[in-house]
Amino acid sequence: MADSNLPKPSSSVKLVLLGEAAVGKSSLVLRFVNNDFQENKEPTIGAAFLTQKCNLPTRTIKFEIWDTAGQERFASLAPMYYRNAQAALVVYDLTKPTSLIKAKHWVAELQRQASPGIVIALVGNKLDLTSDGAGDAADGSGEDGGEDSGDARKISTEEAKGYAEEEGLLFFETSAKTGYNVTEVFTAIANAIPETSLKTARGPGASHAAGRTEEQRVNLNGPRDAEAKDSCAC
Amino acid sequence: MADEIAPEYDVVVLGTGLTECILSGVLSVKGKKVLHIDRNGHYGGEAASVNLEALFKKYGNYAKGTEPWKNYGRLNDWNIDLVPKFLMSSGELTNILVSTDVTRYLEFKQVAGSYVQQGSGPKATVAKVPSDAAEALRSPLMGLFEKRRMKSFIEWVGSFDPKDTATHKGLDMGSCTMREVYDKFGLEATTKDFAGHAMALYLTDAYLDVKGGAPEAIERLRLYGNSVARYGKSPYIYPLYGLGELPQGFARLSAIYGGTYMLNASIDDIKYEDGKAVGIKATMRGIDPEMKFETKAKTIIGDPSYFPSKVRVVGHVLRAICILKHPLASTNDSDSCQIIIPQSQVGRKNDIYIACVSSAHSVCPKGYWVAIVSTIAETSANHHLELAPGIERLGRIEEQFMGPPIPLYEPLEDGTKDNIFISKSYDATSHFETTTDDVRDIYRRLAGEELVVEGLREGIQVAAE
Ligand SMILES: Cc1cc2nc3c(=O)[nH]c(=O)nc-3n(C[C@H](O)[C@H](O)[C@H](O)COP(=O)(O)OP(=O)(O)OC[C@H]3O[C@@H](n4cnc5c(N)ncnc54)[C@H](O)[C@@H]3O)c2cc1C
Ligand SMILES: Nc1nc2c(ncn2[C@@H]2O[C@H](COP(=O)(O)OP(=O)(O)OP(=O)(O)O)[C@@H](O)[C@H]2O)c(=O)[nH]1
Ligand SMILES: [Mg+2]
Repeated sequence: MADSNLPKPSSSVKLVLLGEAAVGKSSLVLRFVNNDFQENKEPTIGAAFLTQKCNLPTRTIKFEIWDTAGQERFASLAPMYYRNAQAALVVYDLTKPTSLIKAKHWVAELQRQASPGIVIALVGNKLDLTSDGAGDAADGSGEDGGEDSGDARKISTEEAKGYAEEEGLLFFETSAKTGYNVTEVFTAIANAIPETSLKTARGPGASHAAGRTEEQRVNLNGPRDAEAKDSCAC
Repeated sequence: MADEIAPEYDVVVLGTGLTECILSGVLSVKGKKVLHIDRNGHYGGEAASVNLEALFKKYGNYAKGTEPWKNYGRLNDWNIDLVPKFLMSSGELTNILVSTDVTRYLEFKQVAGSYVQQGSGPKATVAKVPSDAAEALRSPLMGLFEKRRMKSFIEWVGSFDPKDTATHKGLDMGSCTMREVYDKFGLEATTKDFAGHAMALYLTDAYLDVKGGAPEAIERLRLYGNSVARYGKSPYIYPLYGLGELPQGFARLSAIYGGTYMLNASIDDIKYEDGKAVGIKATMRGIDPEMKFETKAKTIIGDPSYFPSKVRVVGHVLRAICILKHPLASTNDSDSCQIIIPQSQVGRKNDIYIACVSSAHSVCPKGYWVAIVSTIAETSANHHLELAPGIERLGRIEEQFMGPPIPLYEPLEDGTKDNIFISKSYDATSHFETTTDDVRDIYRRLAGEELVVEGLREGIQVAAE
């Protein structure tokens, strides 16, 4: 019991989201951070930096989650986006074959551009629209009733899982709508991040910088910075 | 894909330099529908930070078939600025960064020191620029009595209030020149030199005799002092991974608020009606097939390279980017610094600047320093000689990149007639204060009101953050 009073080591991890438009990237984050879901969510604007803690038995991981903010739409994502990302969520839509092709493209791009140790999770979203997910989607979805019974799955678990294994990616099928498997994705990522690449200081990226140089970092926000604003920034 | 482009935007922005990206970000936050285009495949335009391979290729200073950049560690560790500048830590760019929360995407470090050179040639000395009265008293730049005069001058600058004539030492601030102010304190020519050039950051001596110019000069001295006071070592801060991160940060801000981004797109035509720009025709390259599209725009903003017939050349900057394996001499082995060589010390009309950063700022691998020497061209040939006093300060140079003089452009008109608002080129100053002046100026011209960044993001949060 005494243990629980000791503060666990806490570190921030920059996590980036990638995937075709409308696969549910923002919805997954909304589910993870706010445990909320919105039908017909607008394409992402205004909220592209969310934080959420993930408590592991021996440490706390604070995810700094970056959304693409649509800059990937015309292949115009800035290098800043990948810089020092320690984790990436590459999302596709189980009901949309092109979205897996796009996801593979992002995985390749990450392997080329991102830091070598990056943890990548491949996530097939919208499981509630498939027959496997039908049971979970039971709670009051107000749309046309027929939909739940059908199976809109276009990408088999085997296909995507096989690819993920080849590339050494974590793999999950989720539903942001029902919440199925969402926390699991983030917990698995948190567990997969090597202890050595964690830093305790706050602030985006710079996982490798250490020691003396830290002291010269400047905090432009000065005392205004809500450093204490700890738990989910909602 | 083309269907993802709206038939009309409030603002189309051409070029992703810092000025354009700040404007794009601010306008998106204010709810304008923005389309932001760059002909290049990268952000930052002329003010990007590039790796060593890109730099060699840009300057072409290597033998065909060789790959000299492979001698310098990991290519991705290099982020070399094409335009050398630092941020004043109490300056306007810092204010905009904080007000817009773009600080979330960037990390800054102090620049370790600000130095000034006195004398020239082998006898030249380089010393730290004093930032407060106490430092003035310790400074080797001045003799004993001059130190005291400088101390009382700095103290007076700190207490100066333009609205309170009691703090004006009996001078008429409406008409007096900065020279008269210096003379009031009995400051020597060499002290005026470093105060005006290394602290107020004037590029020439023209400011000395501007009637009524004293308050501005004093304000600049105060900015310097306040900036030093903020973090201690120097008035300057610098973003990790290079200045190219700044436009990217503001582009992200713009995108978060709905701005649409398109790199690799060339402008084929600007459409006019009654002399006013009303839209663009463009082609997005790098995809197969290329995507041609047209869209309307109520306002167009762009850098000078997109409007060659609407700008004029106002000068040329000389710039040499040098890769070193050691810190600069007389800078206390700083990981970063600025050295200003005032024009009078080396018989010029314009100062020479040296900006130096290193692996501490993640712009190069460990063991390297990147120093950029720059000045405004005063001759039409032998430009390397103009930079020589700066180059001499660097010691052994591993690689040097120096191209032809870089033209500085400014728009011919203010944009109100044709709806095209053009930014100025990045000038030779060592900081971003003129860039943010241009941002404010363009904003005023196109919006008809002053830009207020304070509280910009409050109350218009689109979603939980
Ligand atoms: C910008 C700058 C450049 C300098 N360059 C050199 C240099 O190249 N070589 C070098 O040896 N020293 C140089 N010095 C040092 C300067 O000359 C010394 O400060 C001075 O020699 C020592 O003066 P002091 O301690 O007696 O007091 P100060 O307060 O400096 O001098 C007291 C009085 O003597 C006068 N005075 C001071 N120095 C001179 C001078 N050089 N000529 C005529 N009158 C003077 C002042 O105007 C003042 O009225 C430079 C100083 C400055 C600020
Ligand atoms: N049925 C179902 N719908 C989902 C799920 N996740 C997201 N959606 C819906 O899919 C649409 C797109 O979701 P977003 O989260 O905006 O997708 P995104 O990938 O962030 O899209 P962009 O920001 O445009 O790139 C919205 O209408 C969501 O309500 C899910 O798990 N199941
Ligand atoms: Mg989204």
